[in-house]
Amino acid sequence: MEEENDIKIDISKHEFVPKHELLSDKESEKLLKELGVTRLQLPKILKKDRAIHHLKAKRGDIIKITRNSKTAGKAIYYRVVI
Amino acid sequence: MIEVNKKIGKIKFGILSPKMIKKMAVAKIVTPDTHDTDGYPIKGGLMDPRMGVIDPGLRCRTCKSKMGDCPGHFGYIELARPVIHVGYAKYIHNILQATCSECSRVLLPQQKIDEYKKRLDNVLGGEIEFESIVKDVFKEAKKASTCPHCGAKQHKIKFEKPTTYIEGTQRLMPTDIRDRLEKIPDDDAYIFGLKPETARPEWMVLTVLPVPPVTTRPSITLETGERSEDDLTHKLVDIIRLNQRLKENIEAGAPHLIIEDQWELVQYHVTTYLDNSTTGIPVARHRSGRPLKTLKQRLKGKEGRFRNSLAGKRVDFSARTVISPDPNISIDEVGIPLEIAKEMTIPERATSINLEKLKKLVLRGDEYPGANYIIRPDGKRKKITEDNAKELAEELTVGYKVERHLVDGDIVLFNRQPSLHRMSIMAHRARVMPGRTFRLNLAVCTPYNADFDGDEMNLHVPQTEEARTEARILMQVQTQIRSPRFAGPIIGAIHDHITGLYFLTNSKFTRKEAEDILAMAGYTEEFPFNKDEIDGKELFSVFVPDNINIKFKSRDGNDVIIKDGKLVKGVIDDRAVGAMGGILLEEVLRRGGTNAARDFLNGITKLSVAYLDSKGFTTGLDDEDLPESVRKEIGEVLLKSEKKVKELVKKYKEGNLKPSKGKSVKDTLEELIMLELNKSRNAAGEIAEKYLKKDNFALTMAKTGARGSLLNITQMSACIGQQAVRGKRILRGYRGRTLPHFKKGDLGAKSRGFVKDSYKEGMDPIEFFFHAMGGRESLTDTAMRTPKSGYLQRRLINALQDILVDYSETVRDGRDVIIQYKYGEDGIDPSKSDRGTIDLERIVSDVQEGAKR
Repeated sequence: MEEENDIKIDISKHEFVPKHELLSDKESEKLLKELGVTRLQLPKILKKDRAIHHLKAKRGDIIKITRNSKTAGKAIYYRVVI
Repeated sequence: MIEVNKKIGKIKFGILSPKMIKKMAVAKIVTPDTHDTDGYPIKGGLMDPRMGVIDPGLRCRTCKSKMGDCPGHFGYIELARPVIHVGYAKYIHNILQATCSECSRVLLPQQKIDEYKKRLDNVLGGEIEFESIVKDVFKEAKKASTCPHCGAKQHKIKFEKPTTYIEGTQRLMPTDIRDRLEKIPDDDAYIFGLKPETARPEWMVLTVLPVPPVTTRPSITLETGERSEDDLTHKLVDIIRLNQRLKENIEAGAPHLIIEDQWELVQYHVTTYLDNSTTGIPVARHRSGRPLKTLKQRLKGKEGRFRNSLAGKRVDFSARTVISPDPNISIDEVGIPLEIAKEMTIPERATSINLEKLKKLVLRGDEYPGANYIIRPDGKRKKITEDNAKELAEELTVGYKVERHLVDGDIVLFNRQPSLHRMSIMAHRARVMPGRTFRLNLAVCTPYNADFDGDEMNLHVPQTEEARTEARILMQVQTQIRSPRFAGPIIGAIHDHITGLYFLTNSKFTRKEAEDILAMAGYTEEFPFNKDEIDGKELFSVFVPDNINIKFKSRDGNDVIIKDGKLVKGVIDDRAVGAMGGILLEEVLRRGGTNAARDFLNGITKLSVAYLDSKGFTTGLDDEDLPESVRKEIGEVLLKSEKKVKELVKKYKEGNLKPSKGKSVKDTLEELIMLELNKSRNAAGEIAEKYLKKDNFALTMAKTGARGSLLNITQMSACIGQQAVRGKRILRGYRGRTLPHFKKGDLGAKSRGFVKDSYKEGMDPIEFFFHAMGGRESLTDTAMRTPKSGYLQRRLINALQDILVDYSETVRDGRDVIIQYKYGEDGIDPSKSDRGTIDLERIVSDVQEGAKR
């Protein structure tokens, strides 16, 4: 566990890692309502995933990911932290 | 038809408790015999009549229903001593290791237990997270050496597969295990992932055994009158017999050792009853030596209940036969043999409108087009025979149904296995015809991946109005022209269609010829030209809709221009109308819709065939003929190349070869040689092509994309080229050489598998041998790849089968979990798109143009 914290490279800065953002509670509730789903039905992301390490996300938080897409240019994806 | 009167609200998974087993049982089974000497089932035996009926005519002793209606009823066996359920053996081991041997509490401090409980109560990650928490519990609790609750010292518990547990040196008997499991408090069991109401840990050790109803294990009477029992019954007989003996021994106070032996035997039989493929114990066999098919074997694998009986069933109203081509039927039709049409029926409701028609059909009966059955309003079916046809026709009124023969125009589903994509099953209109094969238009060979070397296909007849409508709207051939895989047409002209159109659009015709061709192509309007010489391009344009305006490049790189549906410049080849991406065909589909595309395809393919019928088209050995001078020229090119290779080898042997980046000198040499020889073969091909140019059929086919490639022609007429094994020049065989005909260390072209002859000239024995080496490799490769990719496909389909695009346009799986927030991230259905996009500008300009007209 300790070694993990020693990693000095912030991979979220890497060009291959898409933009990860933390959704506020209000935004999260709005999203869930729009989609008509509960957190259980969203794709998941591990809390210890290095891509969201810098966000200090809690369990149950929703992460918004903006990716480059072959078909749509930009694609937005949401994942819930577990 | 069976009416649905119950709906499944929910399903709960759990472990059967002994209490539940007894409660659902209707009989206690005590005797190992099934039938008495008179052949009647014994009460309390394995064929106890209370457990259901399997003889026709009798009524069930328990539910009073007839055979077929009675689902059967369970019985139970009271085991003299408990035994381990093999399916839970691993789990029991985990629990034993994680609980105290004295007080049966989880080997974790109370605070930790509460913590885990809380974590399990608000799982967000579904079963994956749940299972990982449970795994953590076992992992952590196993580590404790003393119990945090009572302080007792813990011993290692060893698990010997399949059903033995050893604590320290002492063997744990199922009774001890059950005692321990019983003592685990409900709250502690909870963090093992068990819900105590539905799955108490001690229920994993069996004290009573459910006996499945006789309907699940029917006995069969052989012709000799002998009875033959089901494998499950045999196994149950063993269990009861040994259980009985164990019980007697215990009651008689037999020595410990004997009791334990017998106990072990009961354990063995119960284990094999549940799973006869458990590792570590001998397989239970039938008297004949055949392994018994017990519970697990009934469910497992390809022949198991899931894959064979539930996921795949045999169906009525289906037919299968050999397929053959018919260029004269439409692409959305299928030719059906008369014999099949008489067997396949469609239930048609009698209404005031069709009553007279149906009456006539009933009167005809067996005689096509007739009917096979009438169905009265109460659901009773009556077979139409010669004797009762008149009677039934008179009886027929509104409300009846008539199962009439298949007639032209009926919607049927047509399928060829393997059904790898959705175009493998399409809806066609029936065309009943003589003969014994299904007939299909050549343009649909591509989506089915069919040819006529003996392929068979299946046909299904939808039985309700709803099903037929659905098939017609969603599955009909013309709706499937654009493939969802690459957003271009997958149905289109093939082979001769393309060469025919190529020649046609390159020729001129007299009025008589043009009239004949159009007539043969099925053109029924007035002859559209009023002149004596008619260009093939004009003939082609007859079938192109007027609103087509398009410019594209044909295969030879020249422009093809179509203006207001008239081909003004260029020739038609597979880029324009071919299956797998015909540009013109796609434009007709986009502008005119599915039916226009179907009519266009039907028109041009018939036109092409009509042209070829009048002019003829063939390819033969003479298409590969080259004059002596050209052959010599090719020979010189190859010889020069061989010399160059020799030079390279010399340079290498002298050590003067510079290695290219990332390669050894030897690899560099190989690379350069391969390059040189490939170049020379291409050069040879080009020389041959230059000579062949004019009206060579093989070359025409390659150039128009109808069949074959330039490489094929090169190999046939000029030079076969380098043979390879494992992607390298041939280097296996003897020490330092491939064949004894060469010197050791010869790295030249010929000694390493370069074939400079052509297929037409023929190879010399050495070349032939190398060619066979390369040929064998590609043959074995395909033979191994096919089943591998098939299994991969199966796994993919299984993983993806319940994923769908929801009404909210999100992609979801069977649990409603979101997989994509928009299908393909752009929300576009490729099969309804314009090359994978939606080109708004084009749509707007199309509309504006339409408004101008």
